[in-house]
Amino acid sequence: MDYSVLIGGAAGQGMDTCAILLEKTLKRCGFSVYASSDYMSRVRGGHNFFYIRFSDRKLYSFSPRVDLIFAMNKETVDIHRSKLKENGFILTQETIEDIVTKLGNPKVINTVGLGFILKYFGLPMDIAAEVIKEEFKEGIIEINLRALEEGYKQSKNRYSLTTFKDESILINGNQAVGVGAIAAGCRFYCGYPMTPSTGVLNYLAAHSNEFGIAVDQVEDEVAALNMALGAAYAGVRAMTGSSGGGFALMVEALSLAGMIEVPVVLINVQRPGPATGFPTRTEQADLRFMIHAGHGEFPRMVIALRNVEDAFYQTVRAFNIAEKYQIPVLLMSDQHLADSVVTVKPFDFTKVKVERYISGEEEVVDEEYKRYRFTEDGISPRILPGKIPGQVVLVDSDEHDEWGHITESDEIRTKMVDKRLKKYEYLKEDIQEPWFIGKDKPENLIICWGSTYGAVREAVDRLIEEGYSIGALIFGDIWPLPTKRLLDFGKMAKRIIDVEQNATGQLESLIREVALMKPTDRILKYDGRPFSGEEVYKRIREVL
Amino acid sequence: MKYEYKLYEPSWCPGCGNYMIRTALKMALEELEIEPHEVVLVSGIGQAAKMQHYIKVNGFNGLHGRAIPPAIGIRLANKNLKVIVESGDGGSYGEGGNHFIHAIRRNIDIAHFVHDNQIYGLTKGQASPTTAMGQKTTLQFDGVKVEPIKPLALALTMGAGFVARGFSGDIPHLVSLMKAAIEYKGYALVDILQPCVVWNRVNTFAWYKNRVYHLPEDYDYTNKEEAMKKALEFDDKIPIGILYKEEKESYEDRFDFIKNGPPLVDRQLNPMDAERLMEEFR
Repeated sequence: MDYSVLIGGAAGQGMDTCAILLEKTLKRCGFSVYASSDYMSRVRGGHNFFYIRFSDRKLYSFSPRVDLIFAMNKETVDIHRSKLKENGFILTQETIEDIVTKLGNPKVINTVGLGFILKYFGLPMDIAAEVIKEEFKEGIIEINLRALEEGYKQSKNRYSLTTFKDESILINGNQAVGVGAIAAGCRFYCGYPMTPSTGVLNYLAAHSNEFGIAVDQVEDEVAALNMALGAAYAGVRAMTGSSGGGFALMVEALSLAGMIEVPVVLINVQRPGPATGFPTRTEQADLRFMIHAGHGEFPRMVIALRNVEDAFYQTVRAFNIAEKYQIPVLLMSDQHLADSVVTVKPFDFTKVKVERYISGEEEVVDEEYKRYRFTEDGISPRILPGKIPGQVVLVDSDEHDEWGHITESDEIRTKMVDKRLKKYEYLKEDIQEPWFIGKDKPENLIICWGSTYGAVREAVDRLIEEGYSIGALIFGDIWPLPTKRLLDFGKMAKRIIDVEQNATGQLESLIREVALMKPTDRILKYDGRPFSGEEVYKRIREVL
Repeated sequence: MKYEYKLYEPSWCPGCGNYMIRTALKMALEELEIEPHEVVLVSGIGQAAKMQHYIKVNGFNGLHGRAIPPAIGIRLANKNLKVIVESGDGGSYGEGGNHFIHAIRRNIDIAHFVHDNQIYGLTKGQASPTTAMGQKTTLQFDGVKVEPIKPLALALTMGAGFVARGFSGDIPHLVSLMKAAIEYKGYALVDILQPCVVWNRVNTFAWYKNRVYHLPEDYDYTNKEEAMKKALEFDDKIPIGILYKEEKESYEDRFDFIKNGPPLVDRQLNPMDAERLMEEFR
């Protein structure tokens, strides 16, 4: 079984509520859920919609082919009718209008619709009733339960689905990053609200008091990274985040992080640019920007998040790597991953290791502590200001000597540049090769990165079923670029197909540059809408 | 005196007001009996911003205009550290103007010492945000065409709880201002007038010396209207001293978990404690 529901209407009509209730109910019925939202950059009006797909097997993508459309206005019908499967059904506002009028509160249209949809699929009402009791405030529970029941009565069974034991969590990419940061012991987060990154800021702010995390809404993104660096210098794990435009304002401070060797974690939840672009939509066009941002030469790591589990585990890992190498670690997400709500197994917290690499008095070998002492691997022992009487910690944005004092020496300059860049070499030991899925020794090799994983995965599974020799490499660690698997699989493949959500094939060009390997085909998308498994499948078929 | 602060050889021009400001800073810290490892000096870029290279303390010498944001991060992370921001009029009021305004809104517990010589020194003589209208400079060769910022008046209107002005030529007075600012619980601004012996031929040592006067003994620094008058007095006479002071809750103390617990830097977190977050997503 594999069904998809589309809920659409104008912003402010309450589709979000209806979507959350349906997603939670489906999750508790034991299904795998993949819900993707398409919303405009406005608070009221316009046209917004959700795809809510559910199945008894694991889902990796949303589906634009739907079984039911819940249209809260006529526009929804006009726009989406073509997406309806042959035997599909459109639930219009008119169908349930009378019930809503009878109940006397126009807002209950959501729960009436929910009842109607559940009955249509032959799912029980009591699970949804529990969800309503949890989601709504005291005064409005009763009327919504009645609305659910009335909607349920109005509908007829088209399907009779069986439910399963529910063992999953329902979470989106921004929340998974937030949970990862808390698990990693992040004590400081700051940001300026910017769609689609705001969810990370919101999540951490909501848990600030409980976990003792200082969360600051900054005056601008210039302040954000500078502030996070201050917190990190003082010794807490610190993070900031934004979308591309906000990250652009952090770039000078990114260079500062490289120079002063203060560990920090940063996330860019990408949206289409340039400039303001499409504020509420998705793209993967900041890859080159993230790798190259910042004046001067300094080491950094860039990790793309591939799905919500990856978002959780890689956020934790980012903090460990940042502190191990005393470098900025940049996480890349995008609107599609940030906002898509999916069911996954609960995260395994026993796998979370917090490794701080902070030195104590015994490692201060010089009479006066040298923050930038020359060492074999370029990493100088890090002590924290205020922790060792008699020792001070000096970090400097100017070129500096081992103590952190400003210098003009050509000799020290060369040694300091070498020291900083040496960390790159050691960092490579921690780099993870891309995930591989598909057939052994595939003739057709897909390469992709970040959140396109889901759509590619679905397409590859389907193509294998159809007998194609195909596989895919999905990059998470993207800078420094791991090349071992790429070269191994690249040698065997007859065709290498690059799949990316940008217009210039940024990963493809990086692969040509670093691995000296040229993909044969490119499947690019830059309309601001995410790839679905269906779309990737079709476009690969066109190439093969 | 319990501790003596070690000094390093500066690269400032002979006669620069920064020498006297450093002397005052050293004396203030020593008299307050704060040890070098307990204080962090945060700065941006400029001649003033090199301070932590010439006196041994913890230091964060960051980007131009960006001294305040790291200072906020440091205070939130470790409330046991005394944090002093030291930067010039360009970094504090020009490049960093937005951070200046918002630091006041937060009332973060830092002392902000602005070396105000009404000119850009390190970049060689251009107008600063406090250079007078009409003054000729190396860049504004026919005179500055914009109004100067009035930092103390701006701070007062933003609701700053500690607003003071000092003069590098009056060290004992400056030491008392610095001590009061460091001990003040919240954002404390001390605008320190200093001559730039190379680039500012208008606002010379004598120019300041002839104009500054101590606020009278009976001056009431809790009177905001009076403070505003004094903040705008920058003509033949320039008052120095604490113009305004008011007890206010600091930003850090508005976070209950910071106020009532150990510094964040001293807290350990067991990742397993975060496992309960999974319940929200069931």
